[in-house]
Amino acid sequence: MHAEEKMTYEKWPAAPEKATLEAKNKFLGFWLFLGGETVLFASLFATYLALKDKVPDTSQHLAKDLFELPLTFVATMLLLTSSLTSVYAMYHMKNFAFKKMMLWLGLTVLLGAGFLGLEVYEFNHYVHVYKHTFTSSAFGSAFYTLVGFHGAHVAFGLSWILSLMIRNSKRGLNLYNAPKFYVASLYWHFIDVVWVFIFTVVYLMGMVG
Amino acid sequence: MSTIAQKKGFGATLWDFLTTVDHKKIAILYLIAGGFFFVVGGLEAVFIRIQLAIPNNDFVSAGAFNEIITMHGTTMIFLAAMPLLFAFMNAVMPLQIGARDVAFPFINALGFWLFFFGGVFLNLSWFLGGAPDAGWTSYASLAIHSKGHGVDFYVLGLQISGIGTLIGGINFLVTIINMRAPGMTYMRMPLFTWSTFVASAMILFAFPPLTVGLTLMMFDRLFGANFFEVAMGGNTIIWEHLFWIFGHPEVYILILPAFGIFSEIFSLFSRKRLFGYSSMVFATVLIGFLGFMVWAHHMFTAGLGPVANAIFAVATMAIGVPTGIKIFNWLFTMWGGSVKFTTPMYYAFGFIPSFVMGGVTGVMVATAAADYQYHDTYFVVAHFHYVIVGGVVLAILAATHLWWPKMFGTMLNETLGKITFWFFFIGFHLTFFIQHFLGLWGMPRRVFTYLPGQGFDAANAVSSVGAAFMSIGVLIMLYNIIMTSVKNVKVGNDPWGDGRSLEWAIPSPPPFYNFKQLPLVRGLDAYWLEKMAGKKGMTPAEPLGDIHMPNSSFIPFMISLGLFIAAFGAMYHRDHSWGMAVLILGLLVTFGSMFLRSVKDDHGFHIHKEDLVDESDKGVKA
Amino acid sequence: MTNQQLNSGNPSVDIEYRRRKNAEEMRYQVISFSLMIFLTLVAFASVAMKDFTAWFTMPFILLLAVVQVIFQLFYFMHMSHKGHEAPTLFLFSGLFVGLTGILAFLTIVWW
Repeated sequence: MHAEEKMTYEKWPAAPEKATLEAKNKFLGFWLFLGGETVLFASLFATYLALKDKVPDTSQHLAKDLFELPLTFVATMLLLTSSLTSVYAMYHMKNFAFKKMMLWLGLTVLLGAGFLGLEVYEFNHYVHVYKHTFTSSAFGSAFYTLVGFHGAHVAFGLSWILSLMIRNSKRGLNLYNAPKFYVASLYWHFIDVVWVFIFTVVYLMGMVG
Repeated sequence: MSTIAQKKGFGATLWDFLTTVDHKKIAILYLIAGGFFFVVGGLEAVFIRIQLAIPNNDFVSAGAFNEIITMHGTTMIFLAAMPLLFAFMNAVMPLQIGARDVAFPFINALGFWLFFFGGVFLNLSWFLGGAPDAGWTSYASLAIHSKGHGVDFYVLGLQISGIGTLIGGINFLVTIINMRAPGMTYMRMPLFTWSTFVASAMILFAFPPLTVGLTLMMFDRLFGANFFEVAMGGNTIIWEHLFWIFGHPEVYILILPAFGIFSEIFSLFSRKRLFGYSSMVFATVLIGFLGFMVWAHHMFTAGLGPVANAIFAVATMAIGVPTGIKIFNWLFTMWGGSVKFTTPMYYAFGFIPSFVMGGVTGVMVATAAADYQYHDTYFVVAHFHYVIVGGVVLAILAATHLWWPKMFGTMLNETLGKITFWFFFIGFHLTFFIQHFLGLWGMPRRVFTYLPGQGFDAANAVSSVGAAFMSIGVLIMLYNIIMTSVKNVKVGNDPWGDGRSLEWAIPSPPPFYNFKQLPLVRGLDAYWLEKMAGKKGMTPAEPLGDIHMPNSSFIPFMISLGLFIAAFGAMYHRDHSWGMAVLILGLLVTFGSMFLRSVKDDHGFHIHKEDLVDESDKGVKA
Repeated sequence: MTNQQLNSGNPSVDIEYRRRKNAEEMRYQVISFSLMIFLTLVAFASVAMKDFTAWFTMPFILLLAVVQVIFQLFYFMHMSHKGHEAPTLFLFSGLFVGLTGILAFLTIVWW
């Protein structure tokens, strides 16, 4: 089965993300990359936990003063839902329903953009209201690096999915681009996995004390 | 479409290498670049030994000495040893598993160019205001206070080349998992392929902590963060941990492929199946696993406390067990074999006692209580040079002689090879054996000179003479390489006559598609089995058909160049107003190139069956 | 390369079968999503209520996070499917290395 081949509903394989050798390689390679990303984020979490609330003087705010439940909750809901919409997109990809896949991917991008907007608002809020900045303390550096790295992943994922959508908008699904959509959605889920730990470890545990 | 050799001009050849995605050409690029940095790092070593040859020497200043030792360590580990091993992994591993290329040829090229630009960036520091001077470990307590841009060169250069290594590792892993020839099960893979596999897995998990550490250091030094600024709540120990969580596995990333190379050599030149193959595989995997649990033995004197020190000491000593298994298996491979004393076999013989000595001193420094005595003395310097030179460098030199015919189609001169060995081997022991005693007598490492009459004079002079011997050895090898290339006497498929694994079943150098038909593998030492069964070559596993090959691309070069430019911007953005613009420009080049790669379809091309038949008549050239 | 899935010889039957299988899987996905939302709500609520001590809340919400991530990995990212042996091995190896590091940073980085 060649990657460039024009596809029809009847010819579409059950696992289009792994139908060619290139696709199999891409699939596995991306999973391995996620294994490496796990260590990357673990290192950032470790650094954050070692530097949490480490500030030069008492005038500076600590985690429990900064974080607010409602904002984190809304952000979490947006990102969790975007994970579901991207599952829906892959469901339609497997059924060779290109239009529906694009629709659900579009929703994913919108939800992700909403999350990113909230994060920008949040950072802005900390900087201007609490004077909690990247350079104000080791705590600040560690917080913005961990959460910012995640935010940068969200931004990269958004532009990735968006450019895949634009690039393939006219030509529909084939075995060359199906694995691309699939690994992009894996990336998106992984971002969500990391966020689950960020909202738990950074925000919720930060508020507990 | 094919690269069947017409006479090509220099420009065309250069363009070919700038855009190649062929693993064999990328291997040659790694070999040349890694070899160049090996010579640079070697020169730095010579400068160190000249400075220390006599007491109170002023060959270099104290500041320059710091730069030289920092760059010697950094260059040798990141820019010489790793790329040279990558050269052999690229050249040989796909052939050993019977693959036509690696899983991600484009990524393979990208990995090389990232390493190359990172290395060039790091070494440009010599000409742009001074090299890094905080030691190759660049401990934060020194590094954040280092004046000038030296440490910035370290941080940014290693970041770029580190990304290259990481993606190279992923590429090798996927290649080995997905692209083995029919019949090539995991337990039939040659040991070099196995060690490439385990080393690549270690790269995957060890390099992210380095990436994070370097990022934190970059943020601290260039963007005003406070990770390591104690007055602002920071903590310098974080760097030490992140560095060694990477750094210790890195040692095994270097030594495992070396073990793989020697396993091939012992088996090949004893003309015997490797003794205890499955225990060798097990030991390799176990060393890879334990390698992640021992990093804090580099920090015994940092004050982690007795419990932590004890745990890490015991874990460290445990690594001696699988390593011992390997040593005995090599000895038993030679036992009863009909040993042929070729140059690679000389190195293999020399390796065993040298490496065992490094291992023994390793257990000594792993004893946490005793380490307080050895710490920061020449004893430690002697220990890790016995491991890295006695293990990794001997393996690289051995592999150069072993696989040179497979990579270039010509045999290096055996007599010159043996002369190289003797100079290098004697020089190595002369240089480093005495350093054990220098350390026990109390000579501290990383200090630029010593006073006369403290009992260090004669030993240091001996050590420096040894360095001269090693240099002569390397020069003879370079002469050997040049003479061999000038004479250009081509050899056949199996120039050593006793080839066991698949790479010896195909022409030297192999055609660009490696295998016209994928071979059928019937067991360990696949090619040897066929020869013993009276066959000339491998049995094909498929009928002759079209072969799918990837297109060359200039984009890997551009992506890497973009990061190279961006690194200058990041470094100078506080000194000059143009810094930020350059940083953005560089990132635009990188991400623009990535975007281009993403949107431009690249399906590769097919070599047609008919062309393959034609070539076999004319004799294949690549 | 041939199509390596369930072949009855009749393409329309195969497709019907696959469609139903996909739809069934999607139902599981929605169920696991609901569970994830539920777990998140419980986590936020246990922090919002402030009735519990930190010694209870912290391990409790961590446990919820772990359960939720298992849903993400095994259902949303299909790690429960066949052909995910290598991904599983490498993801958990990465997790192991990462957790070792986190443990070290929580215990022996103290001043």
